[in-house]
Amino acid sequence: MTRYLLQRIGFMLITLFIIVTATFFLMQLLPGTPFTNPEKLTDSQLTILNAKYGLDQPVAMQYIQYIGNLLQGDLGYSFQHEGRTVTSMISGRIGPSAFIGLQALVIGAIMGLLLGIVSALKHNSILDYGSVTLAVLGMSIPSFVFAALLQYYVGVKLGWLPVALWEGYSSTLLPSIALSVTVTATVARFIRSEMLEVIGQDYIITARAKGLKENQVMVKHVIRNALIPVVTMLGPLAVSIMTGTLVIEKIFAVPGLGEQFTLSILVLDYSVIMGITIFYSALFIFVVFVVDIIYSLLDPRINYKGGAA
Amino acid sequence: MTNTILTVEDLHVAFKTQHGKLTAVRGVNFELKKGETLAIVGESGSGKSVTAKSIMQLLPKATTEVTKGDIHYNGESLLKMSKNQITDLRGSEISMVFQDPMTSLNPTMKVGKQIMEGVQRHERLTKAQARERALDMLKLVGIPQAESRLDNYPHQFSGGMRQRVVIALALACNPKVLIADEPTTALDVTIQAQILELMKDLQKKTDTAIILITHDLGVVANMADRVAVMYGGKIVEQGTLDEIFYSPKHPYTLGLLRSMPKLNEDRGQPLMPIAGSPPNLATLGEGCAFAARCPHTMAVCHTYTPRDTVSETGHSVACWLQDSRVSKEVDKTELVESGNSST
Amino acid sequence: MTKNTPNLPPHQDLQVQNQYAYDEIPSDLFVKAPLDHRKSEEIGTPAVSFWKEAFQRLIKNRGAMISLILLVSLIVLALIGPGMNEFSYREQNLTHSNLPPKIEGLEWVGFNGLNSQGVDQYAERDVQINYWFGTDEFGRDLWTRVWRGTQISLFIALVAAALDLVIGVIYGGISSFYGGRIDNVMQRIIEILMGIPNLIVIILFILVLEPGITSIILAMVITGWVGMARVVRGQVLQLKGQEFVLASRTLGASNPRLISKHLLPNVMGPIIVTVMFTIPTAIFFEAFLSFIGLGLQAPLASLGVLIEDGYKSMRYFPYKLIFPALVISIIMISFNLLGDGLRDALDPKMRK
Repeated sequence: MTRYLLQRIGFMLITLFIIVTATFFLMQLLPGTPFTNPEKLTDSQLTILNAKYGLDQPVAMQYIQYIGNLLQGDLGYSFQHEGRTVTSMISGRIGPSAFIGLQALVIGAIMGLLLGIVSALKHNSILDYGSVTLAVLGMSIPSFVFAALLQYYVGVKLGWLPVALWEGYSSTLLPSIALSVTVTATVARFIRSEMLEVIGQDYIITARAKGLKENQVMVKHVIRNALIPVVTMLGPLAVSIMTGTLVIEKIFAVPGLGEQFTLSILVLDYSVIMGITIFYSALFIFVVFVVDIIYSLLDPRINYKGGAA
Repeated sequence: MTNTILTVEDLHVAFKTQHGKLTAVRGVNFELKKGETLAIVGESGSGKSVTAKSIMQLLPKATTEVTKGDIHYNGESLLKMSKNQITDLRGSEISMVFQDPMTSLNPTMKVGKQIMEGVQRHERLTKAQARERALDMLKLVGIPQAESRLDNYPHQFSGGMRQRVVIALALACNPKVLIADEPTTALDVTIQAQILELMKDLQKKTDTAIILITHDLGVVANMADRVAVMYGGKIVEQGTLDEIFYSPKHPYTLGLLRSMPKLNEDRGQPLMPIAGSPPNLATLGEGCAFAARCPHTMAVCHTYTPRDTVSETGHSVACWLQDSRVSKEVDKTELVESGNSST
Repeated sequence: MTKNTPNLPPHQDLQVQNQYAYDEIPSDLFVKAPLDHRKSEEIGTPAVSFWKEAFQRLIKNRGAMISLILLVSLIVLALIGPGMNEFSYREQNLTHSNLPPKIEGLEWVGFNGLNSQGVDQYAERDVQINYWFGTDEFGRDLWTRVWRGTQISLFIALVAAALDLVIGVIYGGISSFYGGRIDNVMQRIIEILMGIPNLIVIILFILVLEPGITSIILAMVITGWVGMARVVRGQVLQLKGQEFVLASRTLGASNPRLISKHLLPNVMGPIIVTVMFTIPTAIFFEAFLSFIGLGLQAPLASLGVLIEDGYKSMRYFPYKLIFPALVISIIMISFNLLGDGLRDALDPKMRK
């Protein structure tokens, strides 16, 4: 197990290193300069600025320096916000994103599990068709379309919840709900098909042949076994939530990391784009890693010493 | 009659398919006596597994239906019982062992827990007592280091050991009837013998009646008291082990026996396989299901379903060759000969 | 049932028949009458090819069929829609800006030309022509723009899916067919690509390539092929170990024959299904990129661009958002349902 863990961590670091390198050199290819209104700057001013941000050095030097700083947790300075470090911008922005992201995950997981389990238990009934339809709608309708509609109908027309901005708990609700739709749909579809597969397994007949009551069979054998692989969905769900926050935060004016990222893209704030890219990638890699560990703890069949038995 | 524990009468089971109903079991009759072993033999698709599962009512309700007939356990109709009564019976009175030990245990539950679950369902036992019982059962089926094995998961056992666990699980509540659906088919030959010995041994200790479903005549010869031969959803011949093996009356039974290699026979003598392939249940109508493959087919076989002819000893056969009107031209010497040789 | 003996009564009940007919069976039937062996070997139901059977199953899937019809109609509309009236997607007419949708005869479902205050804009501004989906702030006809946008979105998605398909099949095929060290190296590359959230890669590449149809397609393909490659590899690896492939190999089949006759036909199903799910993903990413400002440049419009425009003025002109949002949602739902239907139809496990 330890050997496996070390191997995984090593591989994670290599992946991250490749991402950092690729991002860095891609940024070098970006058109334009990182400064606002460069035409207004005189040559001497530009030289000073370039020197200040280390842009006068050869690319290789900049790269080594960037990696060096990164190892100390320093992602450099923003080109647009004078004197602010990228690290401080990320840490200042992560709170709202994490909050609505986690809240969406919880809402989505609960709703998805409910829908999916009911769907599988009442396979081929009206309830099943209803949940399947809801899940297909949730998977298909783009989150920003759904968010815009939510904002228009619930926020503007009905006035039940704040339309936008970040003022108190109630303003977290609409963005979280908008984000949770994809999660609900994904989880519901997944648990439904998992359960239907487990129900078809021989050991379920064994459980019935033991004389267990139908609800015991469902709870102890079917649902329990179907829930284990749901953990593996956390990776893709994390990505979907991360992706979602980029647009949802823009729509609801949430002062989160996603909004910062889209803003920085529009003004080509190199160092912030890079910083957030690296941060997102690291987060994603970490989530996938944690999911693997949790999964191996939950499923007794997985044994990293000898592979799956 | 008081000795009879389970009777199956004229059982018909149909599958609901896209193209309408497909009758897989077409009138099965048999009785099971206390403590005896009845083997049900037949090719795949002959309806033996469906018969077994319909006794336990383990067939999915959405796709299967008992269209006719009844099953009695200790004189009570299983088909008329409520769902709760049936679940009370499962595992405690009638148990089942399945074909593939690799898939018939829950992979994410410790084997001890899987045995305890059934025990606690049927008997008022504390957790410790149930665990004690599970331990006893593992010891009984001959699993070494049973104490520590209780907390292992199924994948940590070999196939043979897993089948022992399945048997332990099935026998944990001391059932009166054990249905074993091809219990050794998925195992290596040496392990097969061990499992069969174990089942015989346990049967002596517990006096459980066994319905052994198999296509392996070797297993039958080793285990059975009585044998029922199934073909096309029906029992075509039924009798004691000796009757079936030494004086088969149905051409299909004879064909089955002939297609089995024997050690004591001349090696030069070729095996005699049954020509043709099993019937298609969807197109099977009146008449004998075996007519298309039978070497003695008569005109009557195509249009009339033969009825059971029962001898004094209870040896029953469903074949028109037993009819007194059979024309002299029909050559049934093989059957008569083999019939004469032992009676 | 009793075709051969028409003189006898039909027997519905087996039990009854046995009882009363037993003695009535004419003795002349007890003569040898073996069946023609060829007849007994006949297969009851006619053999149906895998593809034909899958097609039959697909036709029975109501959701998939409705989706197919919807998709075909949308594609037809996307092709002929822009030519159905005299406006072009780029022609501006500021005097006709922000006109609500109006269709003669469909006033009662909302195509009435009334703005959010309930004032008939067409009467007030003395506009004689009807704009079916209304106009945007530059007076461009939204009907034309929506279908033109659908064209572009579908084009981007189809090209991206096609490129994913080609690269994925080649990569996955090579990796799994040759196996060993080649497979090992190629797998590590895929693992690293899988470790990166693909949206980030897409965004970075668009920034570098500058927004446009080609760069959007390229950016999506850079990460998109990985999914297809994994599907193909998994399938081929599974098939390679199966007996029929070994049998063919034993009989001396060459590699090209093995690939074309045995591997490809069996991998086709999962490939088709994957493509069906790639297309809506590509449509989503395109719209997503447009929404965060990395989409096509004006006056070109894709569904994403239109949704973004519509979103900005949603409060006062909700119709601008609703039409493109509706079209994109129907496309996404239809592709997903069709993909589901195809997966069920092509899954050999479903064969009975």
